[in-house]
Amino acid sequence: MPELIAKSALDGRRLTLGGLTLVELDPGPITSVALYPGGAKLAAKGLKTLGLTFPPPNTFTEKKGARIVWTGREQAFLMGVAPPAIEGAALTDQSDGWAVLGISGAAAVDVLARLVPVDLRSSAFPAGRVARTQVNHMNAVILRTGDHELEIMVFRSMARTAWHELEGTISMVAARQAVKI
Amino acid sequence: MRLRCPLCGERDRREFYYYGAEDYLHRPAADAALAEWDAYLHLRDNPAGVTRDLWYHEAGCSQWLLVTRNTVTHEISGVELVAERKA
Repeated sequence: MPELIAKSALDGRRLTLGGLTLVELDPGPITSVALYPGGAKLAAKGLKTLGLTFPPPNTFTEKKGARIVWTGREQAFLMGVAPPAIEGAALTDQSDGWAVLGISGAAAVDVLARLVPVDLRSSAFPAGRVARTQVNHMNAVILRTGDHELEIMVFRSMARTAWHELEGTISMVAARQAVKI
Repeated sequence: MRLRCPLCGERDRREFYYYGAEDYLHRPAADAALAEWDAYLHLRDNPAGVTRDLWYHEAGCSQWLLVTRNTVTHEISGVELVAERKA
């Protein structure tokens, strides 16, 4: 058997500018957990083996490297771990289908405010919240992971476009900060 | 214009796609009279006032929404999930 080498969409690219850091993250395995009608109880049993519960809308939770993210009505993404046996839901492998970018820094929300039509400030979007929305015209899943940290998930095919958009916006925000008024 | 998606919360117009009148939810039976099918496919009201229509939250939770709005005042008085509505 030949040895296959896993490659991420952007090779772990990293950019630091004006106190902002943009980096491609490795999310590990991603599995879509889509509940069958009435399957919530059975699925909860499967998720319990990881210490997780099915997340309410617009939230995600983490436990020992496993993360479960709400991604739609009765649908969530299990990330970072191989899925245990879960009944009552359709499990679909989504690994390698997504590119995950981490943006951090005090001005991270200012960068996203230029691209995303949702209020992502901590007051409206605290840690543990997730939004399915757009980055410019790209569909994206945005997670608030810390006070000044957010993660942006886009389809892998859009990874370079997302990077291009964010890199451009970061350089504009950084330039704006450098101007003394 | 903003719509309050029952799942995602208040979102900008650009996240939604307009489909058409609520009538699309009331598909006649396969053996229904021709006139009923004609009405389902072609006949639409054009009210000055309250109207109900279907919107798709394409850049959000991918749910079909039933929106009640007023074409005169632009007030949006209700947004429901089609998937969870009582028939």
